[in-house]
Amino acid sequence: MAGSPALSRRALVAAAALLPSAARAQASPLVIGYLSLRPPRPLAATLLEPPPADEGAQGARLGLRDNATTGRFTGQAFALEERRAEQPQAALEALRGLLAAGLRLVVADLPAELLLPAAAEPGALLLNIGAPDDALRNADCRRNILHVLPSRAMLADALAQYLAVKRWRSLFLAVGPAPGDQLLAEAMRRAARKFGLRVVLDKTWTHEPGAQRTDTGHMSIAAEAARFTQGAPGYDILLVCDEAGGWGESLAWRTTDPRPVAGTQGLTPTIWSPVHEQWGATQLQRRFRAQAGRAMTPLDHAAWLALRAIGEGATRSQSTDPARVINYLRSPEFELAGFKGARLSFRDWDGQLRQPILLAGPRALVAVSPQPGFQHRVSELDTLGTDRPETACRPS
Amino acid sequence: MPTLLTLLLALLLPTLARAETIMVSNEKDNTVTVLDGGTLQVLRTVRVGERPRGIVLSRDRRLLFVCAGDSDRIDVLDTESWRVVRHLPSGSDPERAALHPDGRRLFVANEDDNMVTVVDVERGVVLQEIPVGVEPEGMGLSPDGRFVVNTSETTNMAHVIEADSGRILANVLVGARPRYALWEPDGRRFWVSAEIGGTLTLIGADDWKVLGQVSFAIPGVPPEAVQPVGMVFSRDATKLFVALGPANRVAVVDVATRRVERLLLVGQRVWNLALSADGGRLYTTNGVSNDMSVVDIAAMRVTRSVPVGQAPWGVVVKP
Repeated sequence: MAGSPALSRRALVAAAALLPSAARAQASPLVIGYLSLRPPRPLAATLLEPPPADEGAQGARLGLRDNATTGRFTGQAFALEERRAEQPQAALEALRGLLAAGLRLVVADLPAELLLPAAAEPGALLLNIGAPDDALRNADCRRNILHVLPSRAMLADALAQYLAVKRWRSLFLAVGPAPGDQLLAEAMRRAARKFGLRVVLDKTWTHEPGAQRTDTGHMSIAAEAARFTQGAPGYDILLVCDEAGGWGESLAWRTTDPRPVAGTQGLTPTIWSPVHEQWGATQLQRRFRAQAGRAMTPLDHAAWLALRAIGEGATRSQSTDPARVINYLRSPEFELAGFKGARLSFRDWDGQLRQPILLAGPRALVAVSPQPGFQHRVSELDTLGTDRPETACRPS
Repeated sequence: MPTLLTLLLALLLPTLARAETIMVSNEKDNTVTVLDGGTLQVLRTVRVGERPRGIVLSRDRRLLFVCAGDSDRIDVLDTESWRVVRHLPSGSDPERAALHPDGRRLFVANEDDNMVTVVDVERGVVLQEIPVGVEPEGMGLSPDGRFVVNTSETTNMAHVIEADSGRILANVLVGARPRYALWEPDGRRFWVSAEIGGTLTLIGADDWKVLGQVSFAIPGVPPEAVQPVGMVFSRDATKLFVALGPANRVAVVDVATRRVERLLLVGQRVWNLALSADGGRLYTTNGVSNDMSVVDIAAMRVTRSVPVGQAPWGVVVKP
């Protein structure tokens, strides 16, 4: 691991300390790897929520604690080995280190271009919490990757269903230049076709942000937003594709026509939001806040879900053998409670976790998709994202 | 004329006096709604601590113990003066409670603390804290008071606890997010509902083994919406009524055959149930439609819907 000074190493062992008499003591804990690539971040777009340095890892730690509580009664113990790298090569080296130490299950907060080489490492069983790319669920799918976080198509479908219900059918798409923004825009276009919406204007936002902290910076942004939205054909809602959050907030309240904003800003389709408190979510939000001292982000939630999925697989399969646990996760018997009012399970055609998607405003939950009325012959959750008949996943 | 009125009143009064009182906790507006069981009119709305959910009557029915989760305490409501006369310690975030047949020990599930707290309701002190799974909720006391079953929502287990010692005797894996545990009156078996699993699990008291499962398929309702929570037996214990949450239905399960016999359409997101004192009616709390449905059990029909507070949660009947 030489040459990766920023690699942080941390091991949390939650031992089965309080074994009740009924539980069987079991020798070795199931050790789960947690690997993240966290390049140094650019200046955040807002001072409100500085991006937490331990984002994701805190979710995994809470999941480990929840698993350990269950393990007290089943005689199973779990441990977490955290690795964090700033450079792609260091991340791969860290993964090799984990695998060499005998680990198999690794929760991966990695971008798509790093997830694929990671999956090629012999023995790795990855739970993807960082890459929403639809290609990973289709042509680039791998048998040894389970996707815990929703794909961009799932997010876009969740939003499009809501817009269809509201009959806000004409869309103005504002797309950033980043590759992720372009992919999200593609997912939005597809979702619009799928749910009978129309993209009436499709524009790329090129203005560099950064003026916001200068004096009168708001004026130049306002002028830019007005120029961007002037002369648009009639539309119902502006859809913003800005995954990094660099400029998307600049558009709300500044459009030439008074129109709402949705997408990566405004009304946002997401796996999790601090505003969510239904279905017992309050408990998870509080548990997390007590541990981390801040709100649970979507990445934290995906990490928590990944740990809980492994824990549930170990409990139900009565095994801490990684291969058996993964097999159980892929079986039709697997079901996970995720505080979103529906049981979660993995799609057998592409390894994607089927789940409801929240539509969250900045301070309130607006809706949860799938929307009532979008029916499916197997599971309404499969109205979101790539369904079995459409999948291009042919895992080798 | 006055004599006629007196006569009428004299005729009416006994029936009024006999009518039961229904109490409903309202999770979102921090109140308990008190209804007259005869007229189904709201008699009063009583302010209690924050986020009241589980409610349970004292043995003499003079007091109502209210789990005020966000206030981290149990409020004791006098059911004659309708005042909160006392606060009891409860441990953190009490959600649901069950009173031991001795009338003194209240077993409280602490939802955010992975504990079951045993409270002496006379002395007002905590007797014991029992570590259980993540997000404990369901509390079911065996009729003889020997065992208390706690369900933990994220651990997905029913923990069988020896009531006197606080020792955990068994941990039984059940469906995902178990919410409620209910003993059969003869104390030989108990039922556990699983909200996310969508199932009921029947567990025997001889060896704490799973005896069977019941699941629900409702035409036109997505399986994800079938979320069993509250349960209550019919008076003769041959039928089990099960609240199915956002499926907006109460299922009627035949206990002997474990078959789902009927589905009764009630209000939205039905959570908890109570039987009337004469066993003729079933009351349901509907958390989304903010009302209580009334089921005529002989006719197996929903006869009334009565608005209560915001997000009604628990319901009990005082004869």
